[in-house]
Amino acid sequence: MTIDARLRIDRGAFSLDAELSVPDRGVTAIFGPSGSGKTTLLRAIAGLERGPDGFLKVGQEVWQDAGTFVPPHQRPLGYVFQEASLFSHLSVKANLEYGYKRVTPSARRVEMEHAVALLGVDPLLSRDTEDLSGGERQRVAISRALLTSPALLLLDEPLTGLDLESKAEIVPYLERLHEELEIPVLYVSHSPDEVARLADHLVLLQQGRVLASGEIRQMLTRSDLPLFHGDEAEAILEATVVGHDEAYELTQLEFPGGRFNVTRRDLEIGQVVRLRILARDVSLTLEHQIDTSILNIFPVTVEELADEGPAQVMVRLSAGGAPILSRITRRSADSLQLTPGKRVYAQIKTVALLA
Amino acid sequence: MLTETDLAALWITLKLAGLTTLILILLGTPLAWWLARTRFRGKVVVEAVVALPLVLPPTVLGFYLLLALGPNGPIGRLMEALGGHALAFTFAGLVVGSVLYSLPFVVQPLQDAFSTVGRRPLEVAATLRASPLDRFLTVAVPLARPGFLTAAVLGFAHTVGEFGVVLMIGGSIPGETRVLSIAIYEHVEALEYGRAHMLAGGLLVLSFLMLLAVYGWNRRFRLVRP
Repeated sequence: MTIDARLRIDRGAFSLDAELSVPDRGVTAIFGPSGSGKTTLLRAIAGLERGPDGFLKVGQEVWQDAGTFVPPHQRPLGYVFQEASLFSHLSVKANLEYGYKRVTPSARRVEMEHAVALLGVDPLLSRDTEDLSGGERQRVAISRALLTSPALLLLDEPLTGLDLESKAEIVPYLERLHEELEIPVLYVSHSPDEVARLADHLVLLQQGRVLASGEIRQMLTRSDLPLFHGDEAEAILEATVVGHDEAYELTQLEFPGGRFNVTRRDLEIGQVVRLRILARDVSLTLEHQIDTSILNIFPVTVEELADEGPAQVMVRLSAGGAPILSRITRRSADSLQLTPGKRVYAQIKTVALLA
Repeated sequence: MLTETDLAALWITLKLAGLTTLILILLGTPLAWWLARTRFRGKVVVEAVVALPLVLPPTVLGFYLLLALGPNGPIGRLMEALGGHALAFTFAGLVVGSVLYSLPFVVQPLQDAFSTVGRRPLEVAATLRASPLDRFLTVAVPLARPGFLTAAVLGFAHTVGEFGVVLMIGGSIPGETRVLSIAIYEHVEALEYGRAHMLAGGLLVLSFLMLLAVYGWNRRFRLVRP
């Protein structure tokens, strides 16, 4: 099942002409520079903007086509705006109940206790909306949207405008949402960090057009896309916690390409976590080095080389099928005689554990 | 103390102002909502027409109303054709005149209040399953509450203070169209300064208290947060 959209919005200087098909499960990040039409796309999906001859189908339901335009209030979606937009004339509790009361009881799948617990808004219920911090307001707004039992959750940069502390406070809740609810999420963001943490799929938007879309790990390592290049180029891996080294205080994580050792974290065996590896933290050797301080070394196959300015080269590697990027100098690439298909060893200096 | 005729004038004035305010809130709310939301270019024309009573001498408005409502005017004839009688020099005629005369005092604060509420809260309500009427009643109106209070008080107070229009279309029929402002004028004409003082002073205090209430309340209920 998918969410299929072909939406056009014309606003004079700016136009959106987006065609996309994304899975109706997991988190799909809509990513692009500001002004690329991310918010407009989300608003068009919600029915808050209406353009000519659009088409939108969510699962089995057609929300818009030549003869149909389901108005926003009849679309089973939840929308969280960039600023929390709580109703200032209502208490926190009444804000939460606003959408909940308007959903017929038989259609309710998210109950009050669940939504309240999921986002930790229990202690805020009796407070006045004016007295909440930015992070708290956004958590209430997310719960409020969830309480309409949406078939699709739209989040428009919910962390933008929040300070680092509030962001750090909300991200775990968003991750829980991701794990506990089976609601597909479209998440607009311009932050690579949020995308790396939360997204399963990625839609790249540029000047109102969809540049590419696909599974996050593939998208980050495609040489024809901007994410592949630059200082922040990165790969994401999913790994399973397989054990802890008590003596050295390390946690072992397994992925198809081998086993990582990272500084010990309180994780349960069997838990699946997301790892982020920056291209600049991966170096390559022809032999498996033994006399090195680097713990995480994997045999990999070179898949593709792409010039990265005059002096550097970006290399896409396959570690048991999982793509990893390595950024090295052109001189090193030449001296190692790297060509697609060549088997080398990747030494990974730093791994960031995202959950 | 107040004489019976002055009390009657007070009663007519309050009845007129109350009824006018009620009608204006009912008619002005949809009009103000439309003005605050529409992208229609001709809206400036409507805005100018609504604002006309602010600048027009009341006697001008009264004059045309007299022609329209009188037995030979279009509305007067229509009324008589429908089996009624012309509205000039009746209480109903005064209500019609007052509604027009106080229109901007109700529509403008409401329009400002609805504009201040903005589109966002209504969009939020739409994504929370509220139909257009539902979100108007449960979001736009409560958020525009200070505007409603201002509109009601200004509409009421302005109608109480009306003179020129009443003089033109109402005359001074005791118990029917003789309002306070006319009564004061007549007392002064008759050199009954004591009775004029009583009414004039009373109006002054009443008007001040009403405005005080509006400003006081609007401080407590600030419009939408930043």
